[in-house]
Amino acid sequence: MAGNTETIPTSVLWGGGQSPFSVTYGKMMMWFFLVSDALTFGGLLTAYGFSRATSEDAWPIGEQVFRALPGLDGHYPLVYVALMTFLLIVSSVTMVLAVEAGHRNDKRGVIRWMAATIVGGFFFLGSQAWEWSHFIHGSGGGFQLAKEVTVTTDSGDAMTLPKGEMVFMDHHFGHLAEPWSEGDANTVLTSEDGHITLTQFGEHDHSAQLHSLTVNKYVENEQTISGDEAVKLWSARSDVFAFGANLEDSEYAAQQTYANFFFFITGFHGFHVFSGVIINIVIFLMALNGVFERRGHYEMVEKTGLYWHFVDLVWVFVFTFFYLI
Amino acid sequence: MERDDLIVNDSYAMAAHHSEEAGAAIRKKIWFVTALLTLITAVEVGMGVIFKRSETFTWTAIKWTFIVMTLVKAAYIVLVFMHLGDERSNLKRVIVAPYLLFISYLIFIAITEGFGHLDSFTTFH
Repeated sequence: MAGNTETIPTSVLWGGGQSPFSVTYGKMMMWFFLVSDALTFGGLLTAYGFSRATSEDAWPIGEQVFRALPGLDGHYPLVYVALMTFLLIVSSVTMVLAVEAGHRNDKRGVIRWMAATIVGGFFFLGSQAWEWSHFIHGSGGGFQLAKEVTVTTDSGDAMTLPKGEMVFMDHHFGHLAEPWSEGDANTVLTSEDGHITLTQFGEHDHSAQLHSLTVNKYVENEQTISGDEAVKLWSARSDVFAFGANLEDSEYAAQQTYANFFFFITGFHGFHVFSGVIINIVIFLMALNGVFERRGHYEMVEKTGLYWHFVDLVWVFVFTFFYLI
Repeated sequence: MERDDLIVNDSYAMAAHHSEEAGAAIRKKIWFVTALLTLITAVEVGMGVIFKRSETFTWTAIKWTFIVMTLVKAAYIVLVFMHLGDERSNLKRVIVAPYLLFISYLIFIAITEGFGHLDSFTTFH
């Protein structure tokens, strides 16, 4: 402000030199960044909560959607996500051990634990890539009913399914139903003695029979329907099929919102992990070249560590608010 | 150009150094926190599998348990792994206050608005 020429005696002025927080500028700014970044993730998770609350369709639940393990059949609810959480926790631990080694000026310790952290980060990214791939491809896909059908489930209960209800196929049948529903000329549907078979002709012929179908696959009270009752459901299908999920289509729910939030929240987090790994590699190389040794302290490792732990912190919240609740 | 964060504040970074003995104690604490975080995650997954969402009362209690366990995990990560517990109390407050404010908001949305999900569940199934 112009004209403000009053001289303030230096005895009452804060002369600087001593930080009120007693930390370096860089560390404080890292903390401030992490506070702001937390608000971004908090905004995403809150938006998820609102969308879920206002959704008119049943919302998929984590235990039903994320229950596959690579290379295994069967259901393992959230085991893979828990494994990813564990990976991130472990790589957080190796990071904090690197920071601790840095406080003792232990160059070898820093290098070793930073390397372990980088490996852990890549493992997490790889796991996330698999999870995305599985989510995008789905596990068999489903079709919508063209009319109301009453069927008997395998547990012996009669169940009336409304028009538009999603019915899910197993992954063998669904794998061939995808090209067939898209009009692939090499995939042929045959129906003999009440047995529905899809065959794909090619260098090696593949075929799959319709054994059973599933309803309520991604919500509670999942039911399997087999045999003639499954054929009844198959005959009542509309031409609306869905296989896995992308940004326009999703087998997981009648609305698209769930899939979109999955892609955005885990994608945004994965991007943080990716940049974290890159930063860790840079710091690792600097430690290797003795930059911090010459500087006399390893504070850069600590600052990087803050960012890396934050990524773990965010995942703890994503795990609870996206997958568990 | 000299970097002020390296030159002017160097003493703070230097002050963070600790001895071998102190390091051993810190490492012990780190492994304890690791075991705790792993255990909590395993319990969370187990509870998610066992309890049904359609039982409104139980599920509300379960949700609160999840949230409390999440906050415990988060507190350990921030205070031990990120060393915020060792910082000056005014820095601690500057960081923790906005976190707590926003986390409370997130919990409010997840709990109160979350019942919409149960309503739609009973309506459509």
